[in-house]
Order: sequence, then C-alpha cells, then structure tokens
Amino acid sequence: MINKEVKSIDEAIKGVQSNMTFMLGGFGLCGIPENCIEALSNSGINGLTCISNNAGVDDFGLGLLLQKRQIKKMISSYVGENAEFERQMLSGELEVDLIPQGSLAERCRAGGAGIPAFYTPAGYGTEVAEGKEVREFNGQPHILESALEADFAFVKAWKGDTAGNLIYKGTARNFNPMMAMAGKITVAEVEHLVPAGELDPASIHTPGIFVQRIIQGSNYEKRIEQRTVRTKD
Amino acid sequence: MALDKIGIAKRIAQELKDGYYVNLGIGIPTLVANYIPEGINVEFQSENGVLGMGPFPFDGEEDADLINAGKQTITTLDGAVFFDSANSFAMIRGKHVQLTVLGAMEVSEQGDIANWKIPGKMVKGMGGAMDLVASADNIIVAMMHTNKAGESKLLKSCSLPLTGVKCVKKIVTNLAVLEVTNEGFKLLERAPGVSVEEVQNATQGELIIKGDIPEMNL
Repeated sequence: MINKEVKSIDEAIKGVQSNMTFMLGGFGLCGIPENCIEALSNSGINGLTCISNNAGVDDFGLGLLLQKRQIKKMISSYVGENAEFERQMLSGELEVDLIPQGSLAERCRAGGAGIPAFYTPAGYGTEVAEGKEVREFNGQPHILESALEADFAFVKAWKGDTAGNLIYKGTARNFNPMMAMAGKITVAEVEHLVPAGELDPASIHTPGIFVQRIIQGSNYEKRIEQRTVRTKD
Repeated sequence: MALDKIGIAKRIAQELKDGYYVNLGIGIPTLVANYIPEGINVEFQSENGVLGMGPFPFDGEEDADLINAGKQTITTLDGAVFFDSANSFAMIRGKHVQLTVLGAMEVSEQGDIANWKIPGKMVKGMGGAMDLVASADNIIVAMMHTNKAGESKLLKSCSLPLTGVKCVKKIVTNLAVLEVTNEGFKLLERAPGVSVEEVQNATQGELIIKGDIPEMNL
C-alpha cells in the first residue's frame, strides 16, 4: 500500500510557488478546502491563477487570497457573492475568465482524463464562443473547449484513507472529484482520515490514484452562505 | 390584474408533467416547487449535485454540506442522490432533464435569452445557465414582462450579452403566457383581468394575436 498521508499543512502545500495554477474544489462555500486555503493565504505566494467555480465571500474561502492580492487570474463560472472580487475585476487588477459551469466541470474532467478538448453546445452564439472553433454535429452547432490542468489541485472530502481514497458528503462533492483528477499534485484534506482498508472499496468516490497527498483537516468552520429554513407550524 | 411572483410560479407549475426531472433556476423559478399539481410526481435537480431535492430544513436542522445551486440550505426526499458537477451537467447536456425553468433580463422573439451580464455593471457570471439553455428541449422563462424602468423585456432582439440563442420555448410573465414561434411571440393566455392591449403595449417584439385569448386558469 502506498501511504499518502502527510502530517502537517506545511507538508501538504510543499512546493507551491508564485505564478502557479491551482484548482480549488467547492461550490460556493460548500466543500471548499478550508485548511489549504488558509495555508496558501499565510504562505505569501502571489500571481496565482485559481480555477474554482466560485471566488468565496469577502472574508472566507478564496476571498482570503483576494484580500491579500495573491490572485492574478480567476477561472470561474459564478462570482456574484464577493464585493472585493467585483471591485478588483472592474478596476482591472484581476483578470477573470468566466466560463459556463458545465464546461468548467468537463474541462477539469477532460484534463484529468487525457482528453485535450471536446465539443459542447454550451455558449454557442455568446461571447464565450468568441475565437473558438465551431462545428456542427447532428445539425446543432458546438464549440471546442480545451482541457484544464493545474500545478496543484486542493480538494476537500468527508472521509479519506491513507491510500488517498476519498468519500464526499452531500453536495460538498461538486467540483472536487474532477479537480482531484486534473491536478499534477492533488492535495486532499478530509474531516476523517482512516487507515487503508477501513473504507468500503465500492463506496469510494475518488480513487486514491488521483491523490498525491492526504491530510487530516482541523477546525472546520463550514460556513453556510444562505441559511434558509422553514418554521414548524 | 397582473400576477405577482407566486402567480407566475403557480402558472408554470401547471406545465409540470408526471415523471419529469426538472431544473429550477434562482428566483421565481424556485417557487414553482411549492405548487406541484396533485397526482404529479416530479424530481428536482440542482446543478451543484443533487436530485430529489426537498423543502428547506427546519430551523436548527440545516447542514452546511447540503445546499442547492442558490447556496441555500435544503433537505432531500426519499430516492435522492448526490453526484459531482461533471455528472450533473451530463444529465443536463445529455437531455435527461425534461424541463428547465429560469429567469431572464431579456428574451428576443427568436427565443434568444440574456440573463447573466450587464456590461460595466454586474459581474457575476453565467453559472450553469449557458449549459442549461444550450441543451434543454423544454425551456420556460419566468419573469416580469417589463423591467423596473417599465421597458419591455420581450424584444425584437436582445441588447444585453446573450446566454443562449434560439432556445426559449415558452415565457410566463406577470401579464401573459407566450410561446416563441418562427413568427414571433404568440400570445397564448392573459393574466386574469389583463387585456390583450396591455400585453401588446408591454411587448416590444412581434406579438401574434390569433382569435380569442383566454385568461389563465389559476
């Protein structure tokens, strides 16, 4: 068995440098790698390109890296919850590539799966299609989208084992599995790290082959962005 | 009288058919889930990775790992399933979802839709909207007939950056139900007490009026 466990967050992010491209899992604040983001924020590196569906909120998630101007470029699908992001984008300090959510997911998956590019109908006829090859299949126009890869992918899972196998909880899965596949070095932080052999092999979502380092996470805040409840009547 | 948001949601709920998998966008579309007709079984898909979405949780029972695409806390129903984002959009792109309901800033008489960007102002992103409108066979737009300045949102052509082209099939507004045809917006129904003339005055694009236009039956 190959043991992927690292014992400290410094070891988990070892090798990160300025101007690298990172993928960060999560949808909104759900399923984000909180520990790694905090460590990256403390590392002082900058000029980063971050591929993440969202950009966090002002004081949490990727908002922490934006506050410190560590991010040069964001590749995302929706960034509406972050005022500092909007300010940096409109002032031109931050380069932003907004791409359709399904194309973002598939581009990450393709990057991890050895597929250099694929055709999709999403974005045809819009500014997303500008400069991209268009081809008709079954009478419908499609645009060519390229795969995405990253120097590091940071993902968050609920459970993991020392072999790097991961299980996600609820909707915290989202982009984590595809990003785990597309990182040259994938770092997984988990709420519960168990010895290899304790997870049911049939229940694993991300096979450990995609994960280079795994760490037992700590102090999860798991902030809720839109707490919405009903009352018992 | 023109409908309110709940009225629009109730009218759209009449479009649900037994066995449909449905994706509801943020805003008015989300309300549709509250008015499923009796005897109809549908499942709601949220593109962040859940099928079989239930109502909002009771106070104190919310779970940070369980949200919808609007980042709101939710619950799941029996038979629910979680999946990753690539799988989620495989369901959408692969046409496994039978109905998509979403909001819009503008719709053109060709069925083009703009709902993601106001240049120089709003920078939020398209989220899953471009994937949804590019692939769904059945797209209903839920929106007010006019914007806050009183200008028509049903146009000859969209002025804002597009989300998708020639994709909207039906529009339910506070004033009317309209179908997008090759000739323009075909008026199907009026909101209770709203005249054909009122709909005409609020519609900038080509409006097709054939015969008697019935009132919505809510």
